[in-house]
Amino acid sequence: MALAADIVSWVLMGSGAILALIAGLGVLRLPDVFTRMHAAGIGDTLAAGLILGGLMVQGGFSLVTIKLIFVFLLLQMTSPTSTHALAKAALTGRVKPKLADELEAERSKR
Amino acid sequence: MSSTTSVIAAVTIAVLVVMAMALARAIIGPTVYDRILAVNMFGTKTVLIIALVGFLDNRPDFLDISLLYALINFIGTIAVLKFLRYGDLGRASDEEGDI
Repeated sequence: MALAADIVSWVLMGSGAILALIAGLGVLRLPDVFTRMHAAGIGDTLAAGLILGGLMVQGGFSLVTIKLIFVFLLLQMTSPTSTHALAKAALTGRVKPKLADELEAERSKR
Repeated sequence: MSSTTSVIAAVTIAVLVVMAMALARAIIGPTVYDRILAVNMFGTKTVLIIALVGFLDNRPDFLDISLLYALINFIGTIAVLKFLRYGDLGRASDEEGDI
């Protein structure tokens, strides 16, 4: 039983770590602010949620798990809000999303 | 060292690598919004890493710190965005299109 719970928490934390790495790669490699926001959103909600979920399984029924649930809820509420605010600020700050033909032109120039 | 400890250590290292990537984007990011995005991501990963290190060290009190860090990260991002938009933090928004 304990082993099953351990395996569940390893799987949760492992997939969270892999998703976090994908998000980091996306933030480094994608072409403009809005696509990078998309990548960072994955890391901020899903990867964080999975890692915290794995820790919750480790914590069992205790105060630790309640604190982890609070961190989880806070992250799930605040990080989409700040992503939305950032997108709106970037749009009012006159950052244009890059379109496919511009990207094509950049790529052929290189 | 149990297997759970090694898994938590591996996840901690992965999160550290992601933090390095976010920091690289914060340094090279062409627009200021890229930098804000990267710093926000860095803050979220800091919350995670504080919780993970708390578990590695068997010191669950670290979770209080990570809760606090999540709050500060959000407020900080919104404050920087508002400052960029209005050039002032104290001003009440009276027009359409608040952050």
